[in-house]
Amino acid sequence: MRKYQAHIYVTLRPSVLDPAGTAVMSGLQHMGYDTVEQVRIGKYIELSLSAQDEEIARQQLDLICDQLLANPVIENYRFDLVEQRDGVTA
Amino acid sequence: MKFGIVVFPGSNCDRDVAYVTRLLQQPTRMVWHEDTDISDLDVVIIPGGFSYGDYLRCGAIARFSPVMQQVIKHAEQGKFVLGICNGFQVLTEAGLLPGALIRNRDLHFICDRVSLKVVRTDLPWTQNYTQGEILTLPIAHGEGQFYADEDTIKQIEDNGQVLFRYHGENPNGSVNNIAGICNVKGNVIGMMPHPERASDPVLGSTDGLGLFKGIGARAKSD
Repeated sequence: MRKYQAHIYVTLRPSVLDPAGTAVMSGLQHMGYDTVEQVRIGKYIELSLSAQDEEIARQQLDLICDQLLANPVIENYRFDLVEQRDGVTA
Repeated sequence: MKFGIVVFPGSNCDRDVAYVTRLLQQPTRMVWHEDTDISDLDVVIIPGGFSYGDYLRCGAIARFSPVMQQVIKHAEQGKFVLGICNGFQVLTEAGLLPGALIRNRDLHFICDRVSLKVVRTDLPWTQNYTQGEILTLPIAHGEGQFYADEDTIKQIEDNGQVLFRYHGENPNGSVNNIAGICNVKGNVIGMMPHPERASDPVLGSTDGLGLFKGIGARAKSD
């Protein structure tokens, strides 16, 4: 079994309003950052898992995200996967 | 004609609901979230609260509890399920009801009384109300904004799945002022307002009692 570290990003679907992001954007504009055009707030999840190979790890992560970590009605997700060797991130 | 009230770690309206069903002399038992046999129940109520701390998303973790697998089967058999507030969130996460409940439009947790219009009265749940009747019920939620994509909203409206709409001011930004919906069959309903908190005159209102009377009467006649 190989060990992997996943960095998972869960974001609101573009059609879903993000009032918290809008509030943060308005704060930034008040601070003078008038070049900021949009802020969307999501979640970042770190997860480590073991799997026989990368493909199986990715399949597992898709299931995990679809079932629990993201709600497909309102959210999208993506993840980066890094294999870990000897406890050190490769 | 038996009521079961699901208790998750973090549920906090469970005893309020039991108080009302027992007030109506309906046999009632509390159902722990690890229970796997609910075959004796006719009506399952998923109460308000903060199941599993509302971690990740409201209702997301509760949806995978052992009892919810049984509640899904119970619903598929056409038996009755009511989700109130956090219970509504659990039912959407479980896919028993369409859409999702997201952060309130103005970001605040709202604890208030709101006016609701009764849209449908042909279901056992709402048979004691009249169509267009205005009810006043308490709400208490931070994530009560009903959301679904355009196609899903159209289906919900076309199927007549809306039971209650906010009347007057829309407190949380819900699409089409939706406060409560049912599934296509009408045996599963979910609502953000708290009917159990308006079911005893001592609390100042009994506008919510009709819901429990309605389903209790139906369950008895079965």
